Amino acid sequence: MQDLRYARASSVAEAARLLADGGPTARVLAGGTDVIVQARERTRQITLFVDIKGIPEAVDLRAANGEGLTLGAATPCHQIYGDAAVTSSYPALIDAASLIGGTAIQGRASFGGNLCNSSPAADGVPPLIALGASALIAGPGGERRVPVARFTTGPGQNVLEEGEFVVALEVPAPAPASGARFLRFIPRNEMDIAVVNVASSLRFDGGEVVEACVVVGAAAPTALVVEAAGEALVGSPLSEESIAAAAAAARDAVRPIDDMRGSIRQRRHLAGVLTERTLRDAARRARGEEVVSHP
Amino acid sequence: MSSRIIISTEINGEPAEFLSDERDSLLEALRDRLGLMGTKEGCNNGNCGACAVLLDGRLVNACLVMAAEVEGSQVTTVEGLAEQDRLIPVQETFLERGALQCGICTPGFLVAAHALLQEHPRPTEEQVRYWLAGNLCRCTGYDKIITAVLDAAERADAPSG
Repeated sequence: MQDLRYARASSVAEAARLLADGGPTARVLAGGTDVIVQARERTRQITLFVDIKGIPEAVDLRAANGEGLTLGAATPCHQIYGDAAVTSSYPALIDAASLIGGTAIQGRASFGGNLCNSSPAADGVPPLIALGASALIAGPGGERRVPVARFTTGPGQNVLEEGEFVVALEVPAPAPASGARFLRFIPRNEMDIAVVNVASSLRFDGGEVVEACVVVGAAAPTALVVEAAGEALVGSPLSEESIAAAAAAARDAVRPIDDMRGSIRQRRHLAGVLTERTLRDAARRARGEEVVSHP
Repeated sequence: MSSRIIISTEINGEPAEFLSDERDSLLEALRDRLGLMGTKEGCNNGNCGACAVLLDGRLVNACLVMAAEVEGSQVTTVEGLAEQDRLIPVQETFLERGALQCGICTPGFLVAAHALLQEHPRPTEEQVRYWLAGNLCRCTGYDKIITAVLDAAERADAPSG
């Protein structure tokens, strides 16, 4: 492990001060499933860990009826899928929380950490974007909110300025007749990094799709909102034709790379397949049907 | 510069206070500072589960926890599973089923299986396989492990006599 200090913050102000004093090599410690490995393997220079799990707002989980969900940045996955209100109102988040890593990773890993690690393949990010979530950021200049869709700027890069950190994620309450679904393709059933992942959300009014969002991960430098897929879906009932058009739009929009996890061709194909599957499941959830996250 | 810190915690039901380096992981603290060698180092990056322990009752990889983080917490390692000399059912069924060969992964599997049975006393085979997906074994091919866990669930369920 590289030489580093550890500090535990008990308030947002204290964490902001510790991070500002620590300079560019100070790093927030939430679940630690990425940053501890980065510190040990020296893939990132870290001289100070600022543990935010002692900050009440950072380990919060509130899903008040009709008021949306406030999810502390460091709230671990197991707490999220153990929560009845999140399970019933935000199943697309459960889809992701229950397949990030394995059980021991889910005991610590958080959506805030997943977002700030800013991997193109992050499983927590597409569903947050599809649900219209924002990141509540605190720092030396006070607080600001950034839509999750605009948070990540490239692989490992994001909008956080020195001394800033994500305190919580805010997810709007689901509208009536809406549904969302997240799916990931990996060669085994669990414990792997996405070859491609997709989150889709749909809102219906009188049988017609009135809002649609398709987000593809691991197929571009950041999770990609496929605007053309949304346009192909809005304004008509969900049909085989509109689903196929959305999938074609996803295949056109992605800019994947070849690597050990998959080829460009495979990723492009998967973007289409997962777009179709997530849209069908999102529609089922919008109708109130149960779609289980995974076995 | 990192420095030595005193950590007060509870390990396997006993209060423990120990001197650790600020940059130690919980795995390093358990093995190198406390001499609890049951928890194994496999990959040291969260993939293999050989270092699985319970932190405040929750299954975690000790290599992905800083020692400094466990101040005021409760840690359970494989050494804390048996009650005195009495093995818990999943330890017995691992022995009976021969659910190990080289043994490096075994402590992690036992701790993870124990956590599973605490949360789901009668798991399905699919649940067992998903729950243990973060524990790697290169010897057994897993079937004996899965069977041992399912056996343990039945045994714990049966009226003791």
